[in-house]
Amino acid sequence: MRNIFLFIRKFSNFLLFLVLQIIALYFLFTYNKFHQAIFMNTAGELTGRVSERYNNVEYYFRLKQTNEALSKQNEHLLNLLRQDYEGADTAARYITDSLKVDSLVKVQRFRYYDAKVVSSFVSMQNNYITIHRGANQGLPRNKEWGVVSPEGIAGRVVSVGDNFSIVMSVLNRQFKVNSMLKKGGETGPVSWDGDNPQYLRLANIPKSAKVAKGDTVLTSNVSDIYPPGIMVGTIAEIVDDKSSNFYILKLKTATNFSALQYVYVLEDLQREEREKLEDPYKKGK
Amino acid sequence: MSTLVKNTLRFILFILVQVFVLQQVPPLHRFITPYVYFLFVIWLPFNTPRGWLMIISFVFGLLLDYFLKTPGLHAAACVLVAYVRPFVIGLLIRQEGDDQNYASPSIVSMGWAPYFTLVLILTLLHNSYLVFLEWMQFGTFWFFLGKVLATTGVSLLLILITELLFFRKEKFRTNTV
Repeated sequence: MRNIFLFIRKFSNFLLFLVLQIIALYFLFTYNKFHQAIFMNTAGELTGRVSERYNNVEYYFRLKQTNEALSKQNEHLLNLLRQDYEGADTAARYITDSLKVDSLVKVQRFRYYDAKVVSSFVSMQNNYITIHRGANQGLPRNKEWGVVSPEGIAGRVVSVGDNFSIVMSVLNRQFKVNSMLKKGGETGPVSWDGDNPQYLRLANIPKSAKVAKGDTVLTSNVSDIYPPGIMVGTIAEIVDDKSSNFYILKLKTATNFSALQYVYVLEDLQREEREKLEDPYKKGK
Repeated sequence: MSTLVKNTLRFILFILVQVFVLQQVPPLHRFITPYVYFLFVIWLPFNTPRGWLMIISFVFGLLLDYFLKTPGLHAAACVLVAYVRPFVIGLLIRQEGDDQNYASPSIVSMGWAPYFTLVLILTLLHNSYLVFLEWMQFGTFWFFLGKVLATTGVSLLLILITELLFFRKEKFRTNTV
């Protein structure tokens, strides 16, 4: 027994070193599972408040870009207004719909929450964005929600705190989203290779597809957190992969991540129903 | 200013500079991430007990991690720097008793060459360990090698500039030995 105590005393520094390393590495490698519980809630509030102070200053330098992005989005939305369209054919016949369900009223699937970005990074390999909206401001907890900027997709919510939430940016090694070419409709996964924050990578586009530089890439119908048709980026470079039948496309991101100031969180109102239906089949795999 | 107040201010300043200046700079290349924050650990006084040195570094690294959303990554690297620091200082100190005659490691107390050898070794160690932990999650060997070298180069340059801008005058305390 005495020897054990002597050993501990002699190597106390080394043991302390080992203990601290183990704690740190435990945090690091279990982050994805337990971050909501141990990491986010109290500390997220603190860092969020500090980042908010900084952002109050930084915000003024980005006003011009933010304004431009918002006005572009407004233009896009105004162009969708029904009052701006005329009926093409006045001789059209109206038929009474015999369905019990009112087919004119559409069921809302996505609800938008606006949120101010208080901190965002592009300089690391796994980048996260902190937004100033949490459970107290109506954001539902414990689900991954899609996040879009006025210009295109921005990320997905990974943790909801009381007043702040953490968003995994598109510029994160773990981020994946299913996307399609606007022209042909071919789908493939979009990810970030950690190289340049302005470019993403779209794989699995068959060589039979017609692709050209500048073509638009949108979120696809099978994406689980985004509505279809949200801008992902435009094709900047087409890499002809000789070893397979697929192209690798380099995309210019639609969102300017270094000047991100406002985002929208998309709550999927039909998520539970969809998961209930899908879960039994997923387990079978 | 007392040592405690000075180091508390440094603690806060280094975190803020690292998070809101160095990490906000648009990356020149994916291999280049300028790290200066661990200079705080190098600047701690000679007579800090080794246990406390590691605990302070752990808290310091973890706070940075909370800002950058990388729990444990910088904390692990900081603790390693803190653990190795006394060994390297023991090797590089100019003459017996210099670590008691002066307050903390600096150009004045250790001399140009030994001090920068210390900084070089610890920077290289810090970056190797940090990128190694990243490499275990993704990346290739060339990612590891390139990033360690490029990041160390940029960090050393920034540390040199910091040392010249904020030159720390160290008093020679004759009555201690």
